[in-house]
Amino acid sequence: MTALVEVNNLSKAFGGVHAVEGVSFSVDAGQVYSVIGPNGAGKTTLFNLITGLYTPTSGEVKLNGESIAKLEPNQLAERGMCRTFQQMQICMNMTAIENVMLGRHLTLKSNLLTTLFRLPALTRGEKAAREKSAELMEFVGCGEYVNTEASAMSYGALKRLEIARALAAEPNVVLLDEPAAGLNAVETAALEDLIRKIAEQGITVMLVEHDMKLVMGISDRLLVLNYGRVLAEGTPEQIRANPDVIAAYLGG
Amino acid sequence: MMARFSRFRLRGLVFLAVVAFALPLFLSNPFHYGLATQIALIAGAVVGLNLLVGFAGQISLGHAGFFGLGAYFSAIMTSTYGWSAIPALVVGAVVVAIIAWVVGRPILRLKGHYLSMATLAVGFIIAIILNNERETTGGPDGMPVPPFDVFGWELSPFSQYSLFGMDIGGDLAWYLFAVVVLLVAVWLAQNLIDSPIGRALRSVHGSEVAASVVGVNTAKYKSLVFVISAVYASVMGGLYGHFQGFITPSVASFDFSILLITMVVLGGMGSTIGVIIGAVVLELLPQLLADFQEMEMVLFGLILMLTMIFMPKGLLPTAANFVKKRRSKSAGGDA
Amino acid sequence: MFSEFLQYLFTGITIGATYALIALGFTLIYNASHVINFAQGEFLMIGGMATVSLTAMGVPMLLAVVLAVVLAGLLGIALQRLAIAPAKNADVVTLIIITIGASIFIRGLAQLVWGKEYHVMPNFSSDEPIEIFGAVLNSQSLWVLGVGAVLVAALVYFFTRTLTGKAILATSMNKDAARLVGIRTQVVLMLAFMVSALLGSIAGIVVAPITFTSYDIGIILGLKGFVAAAIGGLGSGMGAVVGGLALGVVEAMAAGYLSSDYKDAVAFSMILVVLFFMPRGLFGAKVVERV
Repeated sequence: MTALVEVNNLSKAFGGVHAVEGVSFSVDAGQVYSVIGPNGAGKTTLFNLITGLYTPTSGEVKLNGESIAKLEPNQLAERGMCRTFQQMQICMNMTAIENVMLGRHLTLKSNLLTTLFRLPALTRGEKAAREKSAELMEFVGCGEYVNTEASAMSYGALKRLEIARALAAEPNVVLLDEPAAGLNAVETAALEDLIRKIAEQGITVMLVEHDMKLVMGISDRLLVLNYGRVLAEGTPEQIRANPDVIAAYLGG
Repeated sequence: MMARFSRFRLRGLVFLAVVAFALPLFLSNPFHYGLATQIALIAGAVVGLNLLVGFAGQISLGHAGFFGLGAYFSAIMTSTYGWSAIPALVVGAVVVAIIAWVVGRPILRLKGHYLSMATLAVGFIIAIILNNERETTGGPDGMPVPPFDVFGWELSPFSQYSLFGMDIGGDLAWYLFAVVVLLVAVWLAQNLIDSPIGRALRSVHGSEVAASVVGVNTAKYKSLVFVISAVYASVMGGLYGHFQGFITPSVASFDFSILLITMVVLGGMGSTIGVIIGAVVLELLPQLLADFQEMEMVLFGLILMLTMIFMPKGLLPTAANFVKKRRSKSAGGDA
Repeated sequence: MFSEFLQYLFTGITIGATYALIALGFTLIYNASHVINFAQGEFLMIGGMATVSLTAMGVPMLLAVVLAVVLAGLLGIALQRLAIAPAKNADVVTLIIITIGASIFIRGLAQLVWGKEYHVMPNFSSDEPIEIFGAVLNSQSLWVLGVGAVLVAALVYFFTRTLTGKAILATSMNKDAARLVGIRTQVVLMLAFMVSALLGSIAGIVVAPITFTSYDIGIILGLKGFVAAAIGGLGSGMGAVVGGLALGVVEAMAAGYLSSDYKDAVAFSMILVVLFFMPRGLFGAKVVERV
């Protein structure tokens, strides 16, 4: 079975800094796959490479067997890949639900004519998109903010909103970049449930995280990065027992 | 909830229509009508520019170039080649759309100051060409423009018409026509904003990165909104020419480009009704300042600086905020 | 043939030196505050106009020049303190409009004080044109080039050898870090505007005998200086000088060999070419966006 996401010998250098070096791994469909490592290990750079925001210095990334080298991020979304950001990228100039409806962009068929003259085809599509988006907001746990301006929402709510937006695009694989950053214990537990619910729907989840309890609790497999290189890869049990990982990173 | 939302949506349009149609009750002479008509036409162009600047977050310091192109294209086609006005406006819009698309693709890859420079340059080049090609455009002295016509039936500010049995002057007729055009322009713009395309455009402003990862081809949408705003300017420019009866290259000038974008910023970027208010204010200001004659420039510059410093969000959003704060203070006491 | 070429070259370098000085002014302010100062050209205008009117009132030339330059410097400081500083973190478009408003305001004041007519300033030295290989060189051009070179040298010294100059550079690279090491960024910003205004006004004085001067020459010269700065790379001093000279020469050549009607279009066409193929300009720095 071909892996959904395949990373082969991927490297990225910024001038003299080797942010990511010779990283290889693969993620199967339906897995929850986490990338962990100390700060500066290259986790977000890796995500940026996989999602097409950075061009690799060498190596390749394959999505569903297809190399993503020549693809723009919006083309990757068309192929079923979506993500959230460590530094949240929310459109503060729109309401919460409009942000999620943005995620429906690829599923909504509209052209200039139906838009300018507000033809029934458009209003039908808008109504459906709005309903679906409100559902997703409920699903992620910020349903009460539907018509709130994004700029008026709390940090935790916005983090969940970004996940709702990513899910709205109906992806096969969703990459969450430090979704638990800045969340307290209660919010993190809710996030763990959410990720489980997402995985239950058959969506592959890739995670970059620092919160060990969260990561160990939900991951099928883990990748440990250190100084841009792969330190270890395996199941949570394997990683927990790995002496190199313990030495470099895990303290508790 | 859905019904409430759509009523909310057209609130601004209804307000505008009521004010605009009630205005003739307060106007009395051709000069007033002329000014009001001019404001309505320029406001239409500003509504288009707002799509680009206010909603999509881009910059254009050369938009008067498209306005001027529309004006001159229609003027030349109707006077030199005897076309009727409506085909001239439509074809002019298509020509300007093509130019905007060709020019826009490389320019819109730029951001911030570089984008402002590029649009500035395009605007200037258009103005220089219009100024120099004397044979076609009449050069710096300008050229006369035939009255607007609907396949032969003329609409001129100087004629008399009858509407619903009443005698109305051409100046009032033109005003009403301009208002209808403006309302249509606003309606189309509102429809565009509240749609998938509209959200894609606004996401370019909000977060291009976020937009691209959910599948929005940001380059395509930037191009689209640039072309749409150019078409708005072109059509309004064409109508403007027919209304004034005479145009000079100043309709494509840097000064006018700056005026247009100031109307957008002053009124409140991203607020369609706000930018119309911006247009009204900035068109009326010189009239009010005319009494001060020599001080006009000094005062205009001063007002520009002060409003931008103290009301950077624009008139309408600042006023709306002020009202909101007042309401919450009286409702909930001091925070 | 050759003399014609030489003629255009001289004209080009002379006006190019002016553009270079304006571009340096833009660059200075842009570096210190990331603001594009659309009022830059007005400093030029103030320099020329103030000098002309003072000499007309009987003030000796040298004193008039000094007073005009000081006036411009004060105007620069006022612009920064009263118009830019209060705007704090306004976005690009708003700042652009503020400086444009300032430009209109200054022009309005100039119009009030000096009227709308053109004024003529006599050459600094002789009115006799200099002949070189068949081309005629206005002696004032030598003044423009000479003063320009001196100013550039002074600026280089200022930024590399003096503490104040280095403080300005530090502020432009990282405002917060500069503040943390004790640099008073407010003062630095005022200084940047002041020096920029001084540059512009001196350029305006030195070029006035060649181009005439009136209350509205600032606009187009300012814009071309802006274009020159962008061609060279916004933020690069060397770029400003090279950009200015290049623009001047290309413009003169185009006007001479192609069409003088379209002279102004040259600057704007050049900037489009640069922006399409080399957006950072000739010497501009690369910027990476971190996500």
